Amino acid sequence: MADPLLTFTEQGIYCPRGDFYIDPWRPVDRALITHGHADHARWGMGHYLATDLAAPVMRHRLGDISLETVRYGEPRDIGGVTVSFHPAGHVPGSAQIRVEHGGAVWVASGDYKVVDDGLSTPFEPVACDHFITESTFGLPVFRWKPQAEVAADLNAWWAACADAGQTAVLGAYALGKAQRLLSMLDPAIGPILCHTAIENTNAILRDQGLRLHDTVPATADVDPKAHPRALLMAPPSATDSKWAAKFGARQTGFASGWMALRGIRRRRAQDRGFVISDHADWTGLLWAIEQTGAENIYVTHGYTEIFTRYLNSAGWNAQVIPTQFGSEEEDAA
Amino acid sequence: MNRFAALFNALDQSTKTTAKVAALAEYFADAPEPDRVWTIAMFSGRRPKRAVTTTRLREWAAERAGIPLWLFEESYPIVGDLAETIALVLPPPTRQTDHSLSHWINALRGLAETDDEARKAFVLDAWDQLPDTQRFLFNKLITGGFRVGISQKLMTRALARATDRDEAELAHRLMGNWQPESITWHQLIEADDRQADAARPYPFYLAYGLDDAPEDLGPPEDWQAEWKWDGIRGQLILRGGQHFVWSRGEELMTDRFPELARALDFLPDGTVLDGELLAWGDGVPQSFNALQKRIGRKTVPKKLLSEAPVILYAYDLLEDGGADIRALPLSERRARLEALTADLPPEAPVKLSPRIAFDDWAQLHAIRATARDAQAEGLMLKRAASPYLAGRKKGDWWKWKLDPLTIDAVMIYAQSGAGRRANLFTDFTFAVWNGNDLVPFTKAYSGLTDAEFRKITAWVKKNTLQRFGPVRQVTPHHVFEIAFEGIQASPRHKSGVALRFPRMSRWRQDKRVQEANTLDDLNEMLRIYG
Repeated sequence: MADPLLTFTEQGIYCPRGDFYIDPWRPVDRALITHGHADHARWGMGHYLATDLAAPVMRHRLGDISLETVRYGEPRDIGGVTVSFHPAGHVPGSAQIRVEHGGAVWVASGDYKVVDDGLSTPFEPVACDHFITESTFGLPVFRWKPQAEVAADLNAWWAACADAGQTAVLGAYALGKAQRLLSMLDPAIGPILCHTAIENTNAILRDQGLRLHDTVPATADVDPKAHPRALLMAPPSATDSKWAAKFGARQTGFASGWMALRGIRRRRAQDRGFVISDHADWTGLLWAIEQTGAENIYVTHGYTEIFTRYLNSAGWNAQVIPTQFGSEEEDAA
Repeated sequence: MNRFAALFNALDQSTKTTAKVAALAEYFADAPEPDRVWTIAMFSGRRPKRAVTTTRLREWAAERAGIPLWLFEESYPIVGDLAETIALVLPPPTRQTDHSLSHWINALRGLAETDDEARKAFVLDAWDQLPDTQRFLFNKLITGGFRVGISQKLMTRALARATDRDEAELAHRLMGNWQPESITWHQLIEADDRQADAARPYPFYLAYGLDDAPEDLGPPEDWQAEWKWDGIRGQLILRGGQHFVWSRGEELMTDRFPELARALDFLPDGTVLDGELLAWGDGVPQSFNALQKRIGRKTVPKKLLSEAPVILYAYDLLEDGGADIRALPLSERRARLEALTADLPPEAPVKLSPRIAFDDWAQLHAIRATARDAQAEGLMLKRAASPYLAGRKKGDWWKWKLDPLTIDAVMIYAQSGAGRRANLFTDFTFAVWNGNDLVPFTKAYSGLTDAEFRKITAWVKKNTLQRFGPVRQVTPHHVFEIAFEGIQASPRHKSGVALRFPRMSRWRQDKRVQEANTLDDLNEMLRIYG
């Protein structure tokens, strides 16, 4: 049997034939990056390759880097290996990376979700023999409701806060989750204020042509009284900060797939948890795997052991791959 | 069940006490009366008799969800709650109904009369018509254990607000062994007839821990000091020629302590005593270890009765001559208690817990330091002028415990918690050194902050050596200071010792694993304090 096209090393996923890494977690010469989240796009690589849609956020976060871009579906030859990037639906610009050589096809899917969030280019299944999948929510207790249903809950909560004279403070990760929530909010209820970290990402995505609701930057000198009925969006670490306190009477909400579990909801001591995730749920993971037609499945970050055991019992040839992804823990998902 | 689900969500979604009490008060004012009674029952730990075993529930849920049972079992510890796990794995309902809470409870009670097949059909049908929260609550009706951050105290406060009645009186009404199946809202909350239930206990008065020095409490002559015993807090009721023994957790324990029946021979009818249930031997209280053998036993073999006879060490008198005297000052209640117990013979199962005489606080500090010699955990300080209040109240009663014993130990196993702590590693096994080996000697679950638990959880995930189901063996690396209240020899434990109330008092990130204590250190503590 030929040597495998992709291998799993201390540095991350590696292609010996093309001499490149995918989302490596230590500095290497050539890195293909699935998306701009910090645990996938790390600092210190010699050369980066990513989609044109992911590039602006990566430049914003990583500074002056050597970055080449490709469009979705555009093939590249690296050392005789054909690589291409395909929509992963996780956040705007996120990709699965397809690697082909001598008739063997591997796909490293990075983080993905299979429902259309109206903002990211929707997930496209890519046929392959070997599929590397995440398993963040790889348990049958995780099954997402339609986005419209969660949006209705979210807006009802915001409206109730506004009617009670309270600021609705919504915790969300700056890249992806924040913009998705923004698209779900009903601006007729009141103004939407955004923490600087989120507002910066909004600006980048707007420049790329994404249409987002109008937002007010919640800078240090913003006057809360000038914005009655406001919803304030902030990174999770800032929702209970002194900065948030100046918005007076308020309720805090948090949007994450983890909010499906009551224990985690209660532990975070938020007023409300909204179950909305940029990762595939149980049904989504199984659907995506099925669609690839792959026989060999490599399971990374998440409930790897359990999910792998299930895949094997259902007829796949699955194995666990140790990983350093997912360091953002419960916040990002 | 929509009304009950709305209440549950309101309680569950708020972190603010005032909002919770308001939601409950509103419910007690407008929900159907039978639903109110069941709500009180469930929030105070009562539940309908379990009609279906949890084993069956798991099987049916896995089957309906189309997943293997092992996958359900793997998911359960991650969710941390059985009722919730079931609610989450099931497919969405195909139709929706809105029956009352009591409807579902009565239907579940009716299942006792049916066979397994009929039960399964009923449960599957219920799951198929209940959306999210309702489905979770339905499962909770079967499995029990509602935890919504509502204490008995808050529930009583909400009831008081909804009914415009006195809170302490309501607390007393809710005590005892009333049956939600048969009692009405009127009988439980409103009726004047209070004598009907001879067994009904008074709410226990609970003390707070004393954080500061007793000097701040004022003149010592205003205070009464007693030993704080390490037994089971109990209330002994003698009424109508019968006796009843209640635990602080409102459990009727009469049959577990048959020795106390003889109290009727020595004390008058219409007497209610508050005190500590203790194993007694050689004229002195025995350690908690001796009492431990009796806990959890519904009936007591003769041998155990003679090995570890139990008495009530009485320290307060709540009812005297059939009259409720809780409003009298402690000094007066104490005088009556002393009179009542003055002539008790040695064979009486009730004894008077002594007062500790002291002239000034300095002297009391010295006395407290000797508590372990007296088999006590420390001292109780009670204001002589205080009435006997209901529940935990600040100001008049204080427990002034000894500082705990501590030992530095190495974490070797970790397991995830349940409920609020699901998906976090919170339950750890600790070891001390024996030469080059680590000998496990205790588990501990509490004492760290959520942030510390999150940090250690991330570490455990990356440093797992082996998995045994939900338990992970981890690299011996982290040292924790374990605090505990007592130590006993125990042949059942590998280390040969058992600790009382172990918890993590500090994460010693400053200590290397080699610096943890040894089995010899533990044995030395056993010699001194055991």
